Parts: sequence; structure tokens; C-alpha cells
Amino acid sequence: MAITNYASQNAGALAQESTWEGSVEELRGLVSERALTGETMLLNLGPHHPSTHGVLRLLLELDGEEIVTCLPDIGYLHTGIEKTIEAKTYEKGVTCTDRMDYLSPMSNNMVFCLAIEKMGELDVPERAQIIRVIGLELTRINSHLVWLGTHAMDLGAMSVFLYCMREREMILEMFEMLSGQRMMTSYIRPGGVWRDITPDFLPALEQFINLFPSRLDDYESLLTDNPLWRDRTEGIGVVEPEDALALGLSGPSLRGSGVNWDIRKAMPYSGYETYDFNVPIGLHGDVYDRFYIRILEMRESLKILRQAMARLTPTGEFRSNNRKFAPPPRAELGRSMEAVIHHFKLWTEGFPLPDEEVYVAIESPRGEIGCYLHGTGGNKPRRVHFKTPSFMHISALGSMSEGYMIADLVGIVGSIDIVLGDSDR
Amino acid sequence: MMQITNALDPVEALKSALPAMVQDVKLFRDETTIVVAPEDIETVARYMRDTPGLLYNYLSDISAVDYYPDYNRPGRFGVCYHLYSMIYNRRIRLKVFLQEDDPKLSTLTVLWPAANWLEREIYDLMGIVFEGHPNMRRIMMPKDWNGHPLRRDYPLGYETVMFSFNFDQINKHKPYAKE
Repeated sequence: MAITNYASQNAGALAQESTWEGSVEELRGLVSERALTGETMLLNLGPHHPSTHGVLRLLLELDGEEIVTCLPDIGYLHTGIEKTIEAKTYEKGVTCTDRMDYLSPMSNNMVFCLAIEKMGELDVPERAQIIRVIGLELTRINSHLVWLGTHAMDLGAMSVFLYCMREREMILEMFEMLSGQRMMTSYIRPGGVWRDITPDFLPALEQFINLFPSRLDDYESLLTDNPLWRDRTEGIGVVEPEDALALGLSGPSLRGSGVNWDIRKAMPYSGYETYDFNVPIGLHGDVYDRFYIRILEMRESLKILRQAMARLTPTGEFRSNNRKFAPPPRAELGRSMEAVIHHFKLWTEGFPLPDEEVYVAIESPRGEIGCYLHGTGGNKPRRVHFKTPSFMHISALGSMSEGYMIADLVGIVGSIDIVLGDSDR
Repeated sequence: MMQITNALDPVEALKSALPAMVQDVKLFRDETTIVVAPEDIETVARYMRDTPGLLYNYLSDISAVDYYPDYNRPGRFGVCYHLYSMIYNRRIRLKVFLQEDDPKLSTLTVLWPAANWLEREIYDLMGIVFEGHPNMRRIMMPKDWNGHPLRRDYPLGYETVMFSFNFDQINKHKPYAKE
């Protein structure tokens, strides 16, 4: 049965795509008529090019140095993560989400876990929510540091990259203290977090919070008022607010155009409504505004981190007590038969979720990351779909970069902060 | 300057304006789902976007789900449009069910350019064709790829075991090495 279905669907797909030939004809309708006659030049940027932040291929139609059309091409990093999660239980699926946006693993864990918790009506203890906020904001700083370093390096400021990596190392070490892993943390789990914070985490966090503002000042002294930097970024890649909304931009890229939308404020999760922080908004919608918003966001993240640290009590529950969803503490396994059964059931069978659908979105460092989760009534999902900010931002890249110089394109690509693992999944 | 009116209940507003187009309304975990017919999706989405009091002006996501082999639904495929209203700060889901053979739907790129790649992704991975789309090509998979991997009947990498009763059937499609 399955085989015949598969064959018939192949036939349709092949018939549709047989028009693809390796010629410029296949681009008719996508590039201007001048490209077909050879009047303008077609140029491939990428997929192996340092300024494309991964394996992004841009097909450019150039009139001299001016971009007439920009056609982004993705899929080089497609690993079928959504399909893989369909074959795993919900708890195992968390590890797959790390691998999507590898610069902000905790945001991915978080949105997947929030979808599961919403569907299973699972409560998360307050301490777990505070630890989650700490992890999420550290992730935001971590991701913005990599973005700032690479963005500055693309536009010729090499030293910023090295400074950013130095501070990022401190965050990665803190991730290691939390989860045992530097990048693929899988720390946030359905019902809470994987384990409690370790004793050396809070001193490291405090040291980072005290040190980081002066380091941010250092980056700013290199870039913010630097005339070269301003020349390369001001008035480049301007997006009007209406266009930004229609193109589906989100996060700092949307706020750069002056749209005040931060999901942490609009639809708070994990107790963000109780923290005092500001959302920076841009005025001009150009590369510089998007740059400066992220710098300010890092300062706001520090504010949140300080508040969260002050709230953290020495001990408390870091995981839900609902044994049908979250595993019992290790110590209980030695003395409680019930705990052994729950542990066994969770690690072999997992937990069931209803045959219904939910959509949850959170504010990742890049923008709105959404998780559409459809259960089967069993222990595996029927469908998981991630709406990822990088995907939407690359799709907007074409209309954002038209009419600018090819050297500006590098700045525009950097300013929308893309991760190809995030867009291709 | 846009006139800001009080928020309307989306289901009531849609039922009174376009009563024939609302097929079903579901509420699950405080999320409203409005099921509409495939041919009505553009009209309904336009109404949701432009009506004062609703103004679902941001297309968050389009995702598709394959219900194979569960046939207790109005169709094999479901396509979900997640709309968000910046002004009233709320979400809604429009859902369309499509039949197994020849799943087709009109595009929403005329309403939101953001729909362009989201629809291409669904076409590529789920095999649902969006009519009127400016560039209906694969986006994730290579252009010569066979099939649509996110369908539930798509093989998960391993080969089906051959027995005597289905030997010929599987042998016909088995990817043997070529000369």
C-alpha cells in the first residue's frame, strides 16, 4: 500500500520538475529580462563564502556593482529534523531541537517544551522558570555575541570578533556547568530543567554579570561612533515598518524598523511579565539600527539576569512533580517502587499527548520562533513544525537588498542575523 | 491614520459576515481554530486581515499536517495558517483540509509576501500545490528529489522488507546501482 502511494507521488513530482534545465531559461520570471540577454551579470555568492554565515547561496543579478535581483537559495543544511522528531518520543525530541539553531539551543528547547507543556497541561515550578529565564537570556547574549563578531568581521572590523569570542567562552563554560554540554545543551526539558544548577554556576554568573557591561562598552567604543562603521551601515538595507510586517520579519530585525513587538512583553512566558526590562526600538530600519538594538538588548538581558539571580533561592524544585511527564529524582529510585516504575515507563514508552494541535511562539535571539505541535494520542508527535526566524529573514533578503551595492549586501545579510541550521532544519 | 476600534470576536464576526465559509470551529487549550474550505481560504484570510476589529495583520506560520493513515477526518492533509494581530495581541488558526489525490490550494502570497517561502516549504516537503504561487519549486530538497519527505507514508530511510508476496512490487522501485 505504502509503496504504491509513494510511486504515484513520485510520478507527479518528476513530471512537474522535468522543465528544470541547467540554463538561464529556468530563471525566467525570477530575474529581469536583461539577465536573459546577458546585459546584466549573474553571479553566485556562496554557498561557501565566509560572509554568508553558513551555507547560504545567493544568486545575484548585477548591473555593474548594483544588485538588480537577489535570489537566496537554501537547503544545503537540511537535515530533516522535523521528520526525525516524528519518530521519537517527546522527551527524545528535545535533543533534536538543539541542532536547529545551534547558536541558541535553549530557545529551541524552550519553545518545544512549552508546546508539550501546553498540550499536556503541565505546570512548571517557579524555580525552574527562573533557571529557564537565566538560560534563555544567557543564550540571547551568546547568540548576539557571535552575531556581533561575525557581522563586524564581515564589514572589516576584525578585532571585535576576537573580543566577542572571549566573552562567549565564559557563557559556554556556564552552559557546561548547567548541562554538561557547551553547545547542544538540551537543558530545558518538559516540566522543568534537566537538573538543578551546580554550586559553581552562580559565582560564575555573578562574575560574568559584573564584567560584561565594561566589555560591552569596549565593543561600542570600537563600533558605535566609528565613522567607518557608520558609513557602511547607516541608510543601508532600509525596511519600512509595513514591509517588515508583510515580509514576516520578527525580533530585532522587525524592531529595527520601529515596530514594537517583543513576545516576551506581548505574550509573556516563563514569568517574563514579572521582570523589569525595556525593549529597544529602532527609527530608520537600516543596518545600523538593527545593530544598535542588539547591543542594547544585551544590556537589557543583563538586567533580567540580575533580577533572576536575586530571585533564586538556595534550593527548590527544578522539575515538575507530575510523574507522568517528568522523571522522579534519582535518589527516589532506591527506595520507591513507584518511582522505578515511573522512571522505566518514561524512558521506554514516554508520555502520551492528545490528538490535537497547539502553536506556541517565543522570542528567540533572532525573532519569533514558533512550534506547531500535533499529537497522535500516543507517545510520538504526528507533526512538529518550527517556524524559524532565519527562514523568514532569508526569504525577505531579496526585497531588502535590491538597489544596493554588492558590498552592502554583506552588511544586510549580517544585520538580519541568520543561522542556516535554523532556516534549513 | 488607521481607526482603532474595539476588538471583535473573530468567530462571531466571521460567522455573520461570511456564514457559508465557516465549516467548523474548535477550541483547544485557548487556541481557536476555524476550519474553512480550500477555495475560501483567500477570502477568509483577507477578511481576517482587513476588517477593523480583527486586523490579523501578521502571518506567523503556515504548517501542514498529514493525517495518513487516519481517515476519520475531512481530508488527508491539513494546512494551518497561524495569524497574529499586532494591535489586539492575539492569535488565530485557520485550517484547511485537503483530499489525498491532487491536494491544491490557492496561494496567500498576494496577501502576505511572507507566505512565499512557507508555501514553497510545504510544497517541497508535503506535496501540496499552491496555485498562483510565483515560484512553486522545491526549497529544501534537491530539485531532482523524488517524493515529499514529510508525508507519513514516506519511507523513513530504511528499506521495506521483501517477502515472496510483495517481491515484484518492491523490486520494481528498488534503487539498484546503475551501469
